Amino acid sequence: MVPATAAGAILLIPGSRPDIIRLTAALFSIVALVFSVYTFVAYDHGEGGYQFQRQWQWVESLGISVHLGVDGISVPMVLLTGIVMMSGVLISWSMKDRVKEYFVLLMALVTGVYGTFVSLDLFFLFFFYELAVLPMYLLIAVWGSTRKEYGALKLVMYLMAGSILVWVALIAVYVEANLGTFNLLALQEVGFAQDFQRIYFPLFMIGFGVLAGLWPFHTWSPDGHVAAPTAVSMLHAGVLMKLGAYGIIRVGITLFPEGAMDWQIPLIALGTINVVYGAMAAMAQRDLKYIVGYSSVSHMGLVLIGLATLDRVGMSGAVLQMFSHGIMTALFFALVGVIYDRTHTRDIMVFQGLSKRMGLTAVFFAVAGLTSLGLPGLSGFVAEIMVIIGAFRTYPVVGVLAIFGAALTAVYILRLLARVFFGPLDERWAHLTDATRLEAFSMGGLVVMLVLVGVYPSPFTKIINSGVAPLISRIADVT
Amino acid sequence: MNVDFSLFLPEFLMAGLAILVLGLDLFIPASRKHWLAYVSLAGVLGTMGSVFYLTGRNEELYGGIFLIDQYAVFFKVFLLAVAAFMLLASVDYVKKNLTSAGEFYGILLFSVMAMMAMVGAGELLTAYISLELFSFSLYILAGYALNQPRSIEAGIKYILIGAFSSALLLYGISLVYGALGTTTFSGMAEALQAGPDLQIAFMAGLVLIIVGFGFKVTAAPFHMWAPDVYEGAPTPVTAYVAVASKAVAFALLLRLFATAFGPALSEWKGIIAGLAVATILIGNLVAISQKNIKRMLAYSSIGQAGYMLMGIAALSTLASNGLLFHIVGYSATNFLAFSCVIAYQNMTGKEEISDYAGMYRRQPFLALVLSVSLFSLAGLPIFSGFATKFYLFTAAASEGLLWVVIIAITGSVISLYYYLMVIKQIYLGEPSDMGRLKIGQPMGGVLAGLLAAVVLFGVYPGPLIKLIEEATAALALGN
Repeated sequence: MVPATAAGAILLIPGSRPDIIRLTAALFSIVALVFSVYTFVAYDHGEGGYQFQRQWQWVESLGISVHLGVDGISVPMVLLTGIVMMSGVLISWSMKDRVKEYFVLLMALVTGVYGTFVSLDLFFLFFFYELAVLPMYLLIAVWGSTRKEYGALKLVMYLMAGSILVWVALIAVYVEANLGTFNLLALQEVGFAQDFQRIYFPLFMIGFGVLAGLWPFHTWSPDGHVAAPTAVSMLHAGVLMKLGAYGIIRVGITLFPEGAMDWQIPLIALGTINVVYGAMAAMAQRDLKYIVGYSSVSHMGLVLIGLATLDRVGMSGAVLQMFSHGIMTALFFALVGVIYDRTHTRDIMVFQGLSKRMGLTAVFFAVAGLTSLGLPGLSGFVAEIMVIIGAFRTYPVVGVLAIFGAALTAVYILRLLARVFFGPLDERWAHLTDATRLEAFSMGGLVVMLVLVGVYPSPFTKIINSGVAPLISRIADVT
Repeated sequence: MNVDFSLFLPEFLMAGLAILVLGLDLFIPASRKHWLAYVSLAGVLGTMGSVFYLTGRNEELYGGIFLIDQYAVFFKVFLLAVAAFMLLASVDYVKKNLTSAGEFYGILLFSVMAMMAMVGAGELLTAYISLELFSFSLYILAGYALNQPRSIEAGIKYILIGAFSSALLLYGISLVYGALGTTTFSGMAEALQAGPDLQIAFMAGLVLIIVGFGFKVTAAPFHMWAPDVYEGAPTPVTAYVAVASKAVAFALLLRLFATAFGPALSEWKGIIAGLAVATILIGNLVAISQKNIKRMLAYSSIGQAGYMLMGIAALSTLASNGLLFHIVGYSATNFLAFSCVIAYQNMTGKEEISDYAGMYRRQPFLALVLSVSLFSLAGLPIFSGFATKFYLFTAAASEGLLWVVIIAITGSVISLYYYLMVIKQIYLGEPSDMGRLKIGQPMGGVLAGLLAAVVLFGVYPGPLIKLIEEATAALALGN
């Protein structure tokens, strides 16, 4: 887990040799991926709880320590980060402009993401959370396209506004607990007064929710995705948005189970709006990236619904959906990047019959699309069915609406597939080439993961269950 | 009275050094004047060594008028370090833009001596006199560029406002003396504890002292002079005013309010907190519309003064630690930002924000350093700004100032916006001239040294905080 930090540091060293920089980045991604996989495999889900804990004192007078550890919720996230990072680095292989700065910022971003997932100290959780946001501005503004300055600024200011709420709530928690520590494990035993929970839970919910694309604070997300370069979109939609949902679980629900109960209905309602609104907005778009962007908003809605059910199956489904959507959306953005690279447009109206020239791309796109609409046998189905079961067990209406949203997804995804890839080949696209071997390799890994989770989800669900179970019992304790 | 004069060693050395430099100036040919900077630098470093001789001492001279304790030692070392960086940063600027270098360095050294006396002052008049010596040095330095009307205007404005605020301060001191019958800090605290009912004269004096200091530390609404002086003064002097004068004024202010006015905390806590809120809001909001980078940094440092005032209002050991930590981190960061401005001005002679367009293409290292310093000022990890703000804000919230902290956090996100505007120019703007620029050697050292400090305080502040805790222990704030 720690090498991610090293990657950022060591990458500063090499000079102006882009090939060496790329190789270093790839090498570190492999190391990070190996560690992520190791964490996933070695995590003992029978035992549950926080494992691989490490702790170093940082600032004693404020009770801050570097405290790392993972549980059943963060393990899949760590794995997700490793996979998306690897394929993001490979996809950016042909990057030419300011290569060194690009990879340094990319590594800083990933360091922040890893750090957030493994921190058990609220100070460091927030430290890494902010660190993940910081490089986004430059990555989008410098290397992006389509209204990049606007998109970058909007994204950063939205996320920073969210972090105001998080920061205030963290400090309030510190003061209220009066333990003189930011350690999550100590703070979660405090049992905050109900009024306090009721006031401060929404700060976490909205503060982190902004990053998760919570309606109505989601508007930065499609604009930001459209403006960002391919790998950044992948990391951003694939991993960064999960940080928001992760923050709601790890900090919000863990510290304030009663507050979460009180705010269950608003959160579930907003999540439902996310699902339906996101899907409808996606239907109205012509730009491929906007479609995928809004579909992310829609799918993150399912995650939020799952969390808000506060039900074992629903929450496990939410975490699995985070993983599945992360892989799927990374694949989507990678594919859009490949297409854009060759055609220099993302307008679906001008495409026709691309599958004749880009067979592999079309197949991958179809897999991602089918995952997105929840076809059995692919990961999206498992996750969505769990979320929907959870929803039916708490608020059946929401379950119905969620299914409706999934049906809308089918509409825009199938229409998109039909228009872009099938039908007679348009003259203009006769010269197109399929994905290169490197691109195919990096995307193929993602496809394999989607299928793997779809047909054999039990290793994932077992680990996730072991992480969700303690939360559920905390919630059960207070009701 | 038996006085151990060796306790004055640093002050004696510094006064001697100042006179030596002025004397040497007569014999050194005009083309070699920059030697004087290195002579001064050697002297400053030597003096720093002599301060270590005082480490661990805890003495009072002349019945509490002059104090040698860990607090004074900490600030003496810190201020000498600032002076050393200041000397290095001025070398090229002075060579290019100013005549009579000898007096420039000589007066600068006198101001350093005054600062060292100020942090050791244990009595109001001693504090006042050293403050005046310091201020007069700065008046002269601000108006030093005699060929530039702006600089002369800055000098005159500074001296008028300075004299006005000194008069208020002095009147306040006399009222307090009338009410309490003493001007030593310890005596004042005793008198305050003994007398249960506070006289109106004391309150009036207290308010006048706060207003007088308010001018010195650029607290709103007494900040109006700062942007004009910052913009007009020679840039190294601006940096010095922004960093050293603010740091030393807060050092004195903290000692005064902690040791002398501590028992009357409830009387002034609200006043200072109110000033802090006004200062944070005005500084950060007005900064948005600035076109000149020195003016922008002036307003941003007004905002920073607001955070520091919050640390005074909180008044606890933790808050004092936070305040000192923030002062050190802010000084390193802000000096770094100003050094970039000086370096860019040395190379191009320009100081409008729009002139920074495309700086990345002409001088990538400087672009990186300036971005780091701005991110740090905005309070983002991994730089010192994040750690120091987090510490200070948490400490202030622990003392019931959560409402001020909320405004401070909001202010710091607003500040990110205008810093991003500069960063956008640096990385995305098109330069009017493509020529590569070369940074002078002394300036390169300053930039590298401060950059290392900014990152170090951000990721590993432990040792610094240990030193700070020893320093604030001398204030004997109890819990």
